[in-house]
Amino acid sequence: MIYFWAFVVGGLICVIGQIMFDVFKLTPGHTLSTLVVVGAILDGVGLYEPLIDFAGAGATVPITSFGNALVHGAMQEAEQHGLVGILTGVFEVTSAGISAAIIFGMLGSLIFKPKG
Amino acid sequence: MLAGHRTWVFEQKPVIISTGTVGGPFEADGAIAEDFDLLHADLWLKQDSYEKAHKVLFEEACQKAMEKGGIQKEQVQFILAGDLINQITPTSFASRTIGAPYFGLFGACSTSMEGLALGAYIINTKGAKYLLTGASSHDTAVEKQFRYPTEYGGQKPPTAQWTVTGAGAALLSDSGEGPRVTSATIGRVIDMGLTDPFNMGGAMAPAAVDTIEAHLTERNIDSTYYDLIVTGDLGQIGQEASLDLFKKHGTPISKEQYQDCGLMIYREGQPVLAGGSGAGCSATVVYGHLLNRMKKGEFKRMLVVATGALLSPLSFQQNETIPCIAHAVSIEYGGGQ
Amino acid sequence: MSNNQKKQLSPVQQEYQDIQKQREIKRPVVKNCIKAFLIGGLICLIGQVIQNFYIYYFDFTDQTAGNPTVGTLIFIAMLLTGFGVYDRIAQFGGAGTAVPVTGFGNAIISAAIEHRTEGYVLGVGGNMFKLAGSVIVFGVFSAFVIALIKTILIQWGGL
Repeated sequence: MIYFWAFVVGGLICVIGQIMFDVFKLTPGHTLSTLVVVGAILDGVGLYEPLIDFAGAGATVPITSFGNALVHGAMQEAEQHGLVGILTGVFEVTSAGISAAIIFGMLGSLIFKPKG
Repeated sequence: MLAGHRTWVFEQKPVIISTGTVGGPFEADGAIAEDFDLLHADLWLKQDSYEKAHKVLFEEACQKAMEKGGIQKEQVQFILAGDLINQITPTSFASRTIGAPYFGLFGACSTSMEGLALGAYIINTKGAKYLLTGASSHDTAVEKQFRYPTEYGGQKPPTAQWTVTGAGAALLSDSGEGPRVTSATIGRVIDMGLTDPFNMGGAMAPAAVDTIEAHLTERNIDSTYYDLIVTGDLGQIGQEASLDLFKKHGTPISKEQYQDCGLMIYREGQPVLAGGSGAGCSATVVYGHLLNRMKKGEFKRMLVVATGALLSPLSFQQNETIPCIAHAVSIEYGGGQ
Repeated sequence: MSNNQKKQLSPVQQEYQDIQKQREIKRPVVKNCIKAFLIGGLICLIGQVIQNFYIYYFDFTDQTAGNPTVGTLIFIAMLLTGFGVYDRIAQFGGAGTAVPVTGFGNAIISAAIEHRTEGYVLGVGGNMFKLAGSVIVFGVFSAFVIALIKTILIQWGGL
């Protein structure tokens, strides 16, 4: 069942992105930045975690989860270390995604050239 | 010489003695592949960057033109050419190879006819005996500069156009055999306030209409004078929108005689969306396909209207509208001289 | 936004824009949304499969399996981008390929590959984040603001 909901919820988040592309004529940069901010706000009001429990990868794979993870990391540290924790904790949870992208980006540029 | 406000009529009728056209793999698969002098199977042209490949495209087009015209590069007195890359480096670097005095031009995709008009003017006033003019574009080099990295997964809307990988060059002289350049009308910058960089054809159509109507009025002829009026890269949307404008202004131009290079170069089924575009689009189609047809006698008089969108990635990000331009040059072959 | 801009147009411009609008090929919004749904859903489904794989075969929990999953998806995105396939899928899938984390990976990797001709330091290093950078900037800044508000409310507001 988790597979079904991952598919449906993930797909629906992408549909929201597509509507932002096609109806509001936003660039990919504007669309993705907005979705990240929305993800951060949803976690701020405590709605994103229930969505992850419900849809699994359907909620963790879309870029909105990046905003959620940033807030999550910041809050974890903030609870222990106060306001400084926000600065030290922001990248705590998202480190994997960003590091992986940088490392594979570098590796990719060593191996591949653009195909056009 | 000057007719009206911005039309030159060339009494000497400068001759296009030869042309060279070079295309990439996508063009080789297109509708007019047999009209190219040289086609490359690889976008890189054995270079290590797209920009260098772009330079080679134009070098080869110039070499082909000189070879076919039987002219040595020392005899070429001027080069008038341009492309779309920052500071038009591919054209400048290619001109370094040829070594002739050089005017670098920028008129976006209208550069081909900007160069031909100026070249014909120089020949007409005996400013030169032989000169080269042309334009080129390289799909991925242009994408990289104007849009996103070529491997980036951005979805293009159906209004977008495909940049031609190709270069076209023409060798102009005051005497010899070949199609003759008879007049030229220089375009104004027209801005209808459109802002969508994925819809160039729609933005450029009014510029084409303005130049064509000025040309007809100032030469005091009507559109039936020409067998063919061909625009540079309006694509499907621009072509239809400009026909609507002609209708509204009461300028009689028939659908049959009004064609577009961007719609000729590729065949049905290639994923080019609204059509081809780029500085190399009008250059390769006119100097290859259309002049070949002219030499076969399919038509005698044509008006080439190359259209250009004068935007940059920077101006788009700063929310500027897209100003456009179109230059018209008439080419005639056969019949009364 | 569009209304504000339209006010500054001259009547001739306005008139032409109306003509042009008639001729503009409309974006197939419904079709694009269905494609985005299918492709986006499929990528999330694959993510779920990978995540469960890590949970069953390695010692990951529901909480920690997210990290290797994201890493694996970005690795797949690198291969697809490098072999020139990702942009083809994206022309079909639209936001379905842009919104999942693979799209984030594709934005970074495509920029890195594209600019290698300008050298590894100025080209690859300098341009890697030119598309994905704004996502990180706005994500981090909004996360900071939200966490700040929340922390203040919890510590001083007794939430």
